[in-house]
Amino acid sequence: MERTRNERAWLLVLPVMIVVAFSAIIPLMTVVNYSVQDILDPYTRFFVGTEWFRDILRDDSLHAALGRQLVFSFTVLLIQIPLGIAIALCMPTRGIWVAITLVALALPLLVPWNVVGTIWQLFARQDIGLLGVTINAMGIDYNYTGSRMGAWLTVVAMDVWHWTSLVVLLCYSGLRAIPDAYYQAARIDGASRWAVFRHVQLPRLTGVLTIAVLLRFMDSFMIYAEPFVLTGGGPGSSTTFLSQYLATMAIGQFDVGRAAAFSLIYFLIILALSWVFYTIITRSQKG
Amino acid sequence: MADPAPAMRRVHNDFQKKNGSTMSLELKNISKVVGGENHIHDLSLRLEPGSFNVLLGRTLAGKTTLLRLMAGLERPTGGQLLDRDRDITGVSVRKRNVAMVYQQFINYPAMTVYQNIASPLKLAGVPRKEVDRRVRATAEMMRMSHLLDRRPGELSGGQQQRTAMARALVREADLLLLDEPLVNLDYKLREGLREELRDILRDRDCIVVYATTEPQEALVLGGSVAVLHEGGLIQHGPTHAVYRNPRNIEVARIFNDPPMNLAEGRVIDGEVRIGEHRGIPVPSHLSELAPGKYIFGLRPHHLSPANDSGDRLPIDGHCELTEITGSLSFTHVNDGETSWVAQIPGVFSADVGERLKVYADPSQLFAFSSTGGLACAPRNGDTARGAG
Repeated sequence: MERTRNERAWLLVLPVMIVVAFSAIIPLMTVVNYSVQDILDPYTRFFVGTEWFRDILRDDSLHAALGRQLVFSFTVLLIQIPLGIAIALCMPTRGIWVAITLVALALPLLVPWNVVGTIWQLFARQDIGLLGVTINAMGIDYNYTGSRMGAWLTVVAMDVWHWTSLVVLLCYSGLRAIPDAYYQAARIDGASRWAVFRHVQLPRLTGVLTIAVLLRFMDSFMIYAEPFVLTGGGPGSSTTFLSQYLATMAIGQFDVGRAAAFSLIYFLIILALSWVFYTIITRSQKG
Repeated sequence: MADPAPAMRRVHNDFQKKNGSTMSLELKNISKVVGGENHIHDLSLRLEPGSFNVLLGRTLAGKTTLLRLMAGLERPTGGQLLDRDRDITGVSVRKRNVAMVYQQFINYPAMTVYQNIASPLKLAGVPRKEVDRRVRATAEMMRMSHLLDRRPGELSGGQQQRTAMARALVREADLLLLDEPLVNLDYKLREGLREELRDILRDRDCIVVYATTEPQEALVLGGSVAVLHEGGLIQHGPTHAVYRNPRNIEVARIFNDPPMNLAEGRVIDGEVRIGEHRGIPVPSHLSELAPGKYIFGLRPHHLSPANDSGDRLPIDGHCELTEITGSLSFTHVNDGETSWVAQIPGVFSADVGERLKVYADPSQLFAFSSTGGLACAPRNGDTARGAG
């Protein structure tokens, strides 16, 4: 078959290429550029090859930050996904309460990240914060600025408060898409509430849950502003997650070569883990 | 349709032996109001044990609501549901032995066909061996033994609906409700499955209620028919009797597709005159009609382009449209007052606007009084042939 060559087609693709180049490729190449050089000032630079990468991969405090990050991300996923499904199942399906609950649920999503951090910083204070005072009044010693565990739990609670709504909204829309006839059929069969969930609702939620898990994983893996405002990564380094570690390195210490190498590795970790999640979920869907 | 395979017969007998249900269902002055709207209005209906009933009505006539009320999925706003003489109005659907098939293909998406068919039995606590036997027997009856390991998502629409039907049949329920089960299938599949269903359902021991909008489906399925219009029951009786003697114009409209031709006319001086057309001698079955105004009805297949017997009523007009559907042509002829539809075998070609004469068979005329009630129906009983 003869193919017609049409050079003008490139003109049509060009705008996209320019936009993608400026928004993604050029900044990324800058990072790559930094990651293989040691730049002392604008006129003095040395090519160092993979030295920064080797350096980073052997960095113990980075390993610790990565470990904390993984534990944190899996913890919030384990809490937010089941909790989100549970709340979505309990939500009203008709009447005025639908709008009210939807708006109430959407509110945390509308609050800017650093404001969330500030809210929780006040909310959890043991001297004037409602939450902190209440917990201490129950006889539990709680202090997020002093105890590592307290700080870690507060960050988890804050993330759950901020982002569970997203999972709820996604699940709620998925549940609404199930035709009523399915529920009727299950009722006629005499299926229990659990059986309806297990065999009707859950299989039909896998699509939105895939999206929910991916979004929540990626976002929690990149968490920065909230813990930065709340705890500043402390006490010690108990709530220093990867992005804050990176920011300290790049901006605090101006160690750009190392930070660039780390950014690339960070990016690859997120990409790889997202791919793993996606594959597992879509495969389990096919059965 | 040939007799079902002997294997299928055996399955039926098997079911019948086990299922000695004698449920009869009586609806007494049932009404259902949803948000101020009357979905069902003062409806009384009695379904005999083991009977096959077609619920015929247009979209929004209240068929689905009525089925849901019968199933116990919804509580009527007023009235009573009786099983023999026991009041079951408030009994929940879980405690009744009903099965339902829907317009959509409703199966558990993550289960195999086998598990889907087995699910109602498992929930009812039937022993495993018995479950296996009944699932396989039902699958064979629905001709899907080779698909038992598949999931619904991997099946065609027809196969998905067969699975859903098998799920309903395997339960041996007292009441089997089917809500337009074939409407989402394509034409060919629909025809095949319809006849298969007729044979499967006819031999069941339970009360079967089959809701449909299609007159053709009611005629193929037989049994008795309940014609529903705007939430009320307007006629109930053996399907062919209702088809031959529609109580009023509304029943005639609902029970004919393409719709029955209706035109105003008069009986005067021993002649039947329809519109401005030339009068013809009163046919014998209309001889008892008192002179006066009537609305005459004629099924499209009793209008023909040829004046075979010579005593036909000519209708003079121009061709508006001809629809050709496979082996039939539907030609619309407008005589200036009424648009008549003639159902003509084969391909009939006429140009739009062309002058055309079609002939009505006077022995097949229905006469309705001006208030819409049936005054006279063709005597010999119109055959069901070609009603769709």
